[in-house]
Amino acid sequence: MAEKLKLIDRVQAINWNRLEDDKDLEVWDRLTGNFWLPEKVPLSNDIQSWATLTDVEKQMTTRVFTGLTLLDTIQGTVGAVSLIPDALTPHEEAVYTNIAFMESVHARSYSSIFSTLISTREIDEAFRWSEENPALQKKAEIVLNYYRGDDPLKRKVASTMLESFLFYSGFYAPMYWSSRAKLTNTADLIRLIIRDEAVHGYYIGYKFQKGLEKLSAAQRQELKDYTFELLFELYDNEVEYTQDLYDPLGLTEDVKKFLRYNANKALMNLGYEALFPRDETDVNPAILSALSPNADENHDFFSGSGSSYVIGKAVNTEDEDWDF
Amino acid sequence: MSSLVYFSSVSENTRRFVDKLDIEADRIPLRPSEPFLNVTDPYVLVVPTYGGGNEGGAVPRQVVKFLNDEANRSRIRGVIAAGNTNFGSAYCIAGDIIAAKCQVPYLYAFELMGTTEDVQRVREGWGRFWQRQSPTA
Repeated sequence: MAEKLKLIDRVQAINWNRLEDDKDLEVWDRLTGNFWLPEKVPLSNDIQSWATLTDVEKQMTTRVFTGLTLLDTIQGTVGAVSLIPDALTPHEEAVYTNIAFMESVHARSYSSIFSTLISTREIDEAFRWSEENPALQKKAEIVLNYYRGDDPLKRKVASTMLESFLFYSGFYAPMYWSSRAKLTNTADLIRLIIRDEAVHGYYIGYKFQKGLEKLSAAQRQELKDYTFELLFELYDNEVEYTQDLYDPLGLTEDVKKFLRYNANKALMNLGYEALFPRDETDVNPAILSALSPNADENHDFFSGSGSSYVIGKAVNTEDEDWDF
Repeated sequence: MSSLVYFSSVSENTRRFVDKLDIEADRIPLRPSEPFLNVTDPYVLVVPTYGGGNEGGAVPRQVVKFLNDEANRSRIRGVIAAGNTNFGSAYCIAGDIIAAKCQVPYLYAFELMGTTEDVQRVREGWGRFWQRQSPTA
């Protein structure tokens, strides 16, 4: 930490009653409404399930979580904080402080999983592996370089890539276990993290697009080219990392679909069209349904026979705004 | 003429999807200061789901206000919802809520701004859907 920390030059008292961008309050409310702590999740109910995993399965899972811990640590202590000096509004600054804190909660959560399920020796060994794994270290280095760099919009691109793409080689594992009715409480905790990352990626990507509006067409094109180059660089590295983690279990190809599916979503959060075609992003339905139980419900009246469609099932709306 | 009505926040994700459909569309205004949208023809509603959690508010309040108007509500024929699978069981739940409230079919769900395939499917199904609607609608 030799470099000098960049801080904003001037602070004004934040007035939430005078918004420059309504999105700031909307996202702040969403993030604070979604607040959670790992203590709320009964992780110890997974101890028996953990005991049913083979050594290779345990090793993969532990390594996945140390990798996720590293990313969340970066995002909490460097990434989200590095966005603050570039904020366009004081409310945007406040949202980043919320994001930074939640990333630290995420990083802390993995340690809760570790201490519940795994011996100290295994934990230490997995952390050592994560420090020595070239693909994981390279991933961290690429992102950190952009955070240290002097281009605010490139920082946002890197940050959105991290939130919306780089976590997912790791998130696959708990979804995989959940689809096999294993480590289900751990999966519940990871789903809370996944939900948070969606709001983070959406918001940072949105602020990136706001920044683009101020640029010339040529500058916008340059950033677009840069974004896709970075995506390819990160994707190639993710493939290596995925092989290191999942080859022993024969899951690599399945994970790669999940990677590409999420890479598309990262691009969309930045306002760009999806890159990978449908047949390369057809995520295993068991994984998709572990992520979102109603993702595979048939809301595709437009294709197939189309002879029947769902009239909405009863949903608890709870909103008081409805007049009917 | 049958038509499409949509809501999109300043993130413009849903607007991008609607633009790609290349179907004539009316936008529900974002701010109370803008004129209220009164529709006169049957329409399909395209809405984003506001993200996840237990806090309610999945349907944007501007859309609720639009549907609270009885004349507007009487003309809705179906709903298409956007969302993000990261929100788990709340994925695209705005579509479920509106379909249940208005008793109309939930036609399609897509993520964020939709992929090329999403656009193709909706475009291909659009004409068929309206043909099947009663001519007096």
